[in-house]
Amino acid sequence: MAMQAPADEALIGRIARGDRLAMQVLFARHHVRIYRFVLRLLRDEMAAEDVIAEVFLDVWRQASRFEGRSAVSTWLIAIARFKALSLLRKRRDAGLDDETAESIEEPSDDPELALAKLDKGEKLRKCLAGLSREHREVIDLVYYHEKSVEEVAQIVGIPENTVKTRMFYARKKLGELCRMAGIDRGWP
Amino acid sequence: MTLNDAVGAPAQNIEPGEIEALLPWYAAGTLRRRERQRVEEALRRDPSFARHVDLVREELAEAILLNETLGAPPPHIADRLMAAIDAETDAARKHAPGTAVGWLTGFFANLPPRTLAVAASFAVLAIALQAFMIVDIFTKPQSSSQVASLGSAHRHGSFAMVRFAQAASAAEITSFLHNYQAALVDGPTEGGVYRVRIAMKTLAKEELGKVIARMRHESVVASAEPAEPVAAAEPAEPAEPTAPSK
Repeated sequence: MAMQAPADEALIGRIARGDRLAMQVLFARHHVRIYRFVLRLLRDEMAAEDVIAEVFLDVWRQASRFEGRSAVSTWLIAIARFKALSLLRKRRDAGLDDETAESIEEPSDDPELALAKLDKGEKLRKCLAGLSREHREVIDLVYYHEKSVEEVAQIVGIPENTVKTRMFYARKKLGELCRMAGIDRGWP
Repeated sequence: MTLNDAVGAPAQNIEPGEIEALLPWYAAGTLRRRERQRVEEALRRDPSFARHVDLVREELAEAILLNETLGAPPPHIADRLMAAIDAETDAARKHAPGTAVGWLTGFFANLPPRTLAVAASFAVLAIALQAFMIVDIFTKPQSSSQVASLGSAHRHGSFAMVRFAQAASAAEITSFLHNYQAALVDGPTEGGVYRVRIAMKTLAKEELGKVIARMRHESVVASAEPAEPVAAAEPAEPAEPTAPSK
């Protein structure tokens, strides 16, 4: 008989009582997704590594305060998002414009030519990567992290209707980028 | 507005139709049952929605693939995390249950709203500090300066008015105070601002400014401003002895 893995909520309860093993299980279960979420926001591997270490250290310290009003994964993403955005704010205050850094990330001298060589899937992924941070975030939360409208609203701190509208405009922008990359998807 | 309306319309004029707005969650399987039923009903009524669902599924697949190609953090992150946890656990053991600090830590950990925990911790720490000082005074031979220190916490030294970040935990604030060798001496005001002593001696304006600028970059700090020592209501006490000049 297969042993059932403890639910995230049960792990949090054990972590609150100082159970290191539960902490390791929770970390193993979620750290890659949290890392990817943060990396997509920060586009800086070193910074993303620092942030996930801080996120799980916060979980260790604050597990007793988890009230179960949201899924543990939603709580983790919300902590990660807060820390990532705090870091971005500090960088902005220090004059490091990360959006500028993003724009010089492209290795190709001729992005248009490079895009033409890619297949449709690659082009679509390039276009997804080219969205603004706000649009990337909502797309990732819905498609990759499988968050409901309600959960995205909790994580981002906006009303549910705004979540739907933001997702719509993220997809619309994606369609525009695709068209510029030579993919006519027929929408918008 | 429906997909049919959207096709061929100028992109900038498009507003999401109710069903269209739900399609990403429908494709991801994260819609509430009632909303999912509404989308399915719309799909039955207007098959052209199916084409839109295909587009959404295509985006979904590529978004997953894009994220999957981001890789994973290096394994040493887990070691770093566990080392940090061990360090915290060791530090907590030093304040074992039964000691005043251990009791306080356990007490605050059980308070659910973090703001209440933070506010309460400052109040109780202040009381505990005063109690400690009072016991100290009664159990040791007293000097005039020790007696004076009870009433001089607000008057001697360099101070800042600090508002902590709403999300800051009691542990983070305690760590912050420890790192700066600082102490809360008063507050919070109505705006949630605390008076923090950042040095026992009066720092030069420039030096004080540097410390406060550093504090402003701390994640637990929402704002920090220099503050003047509170004017004495009694005759001024002698300043702390300074090193004799050569």
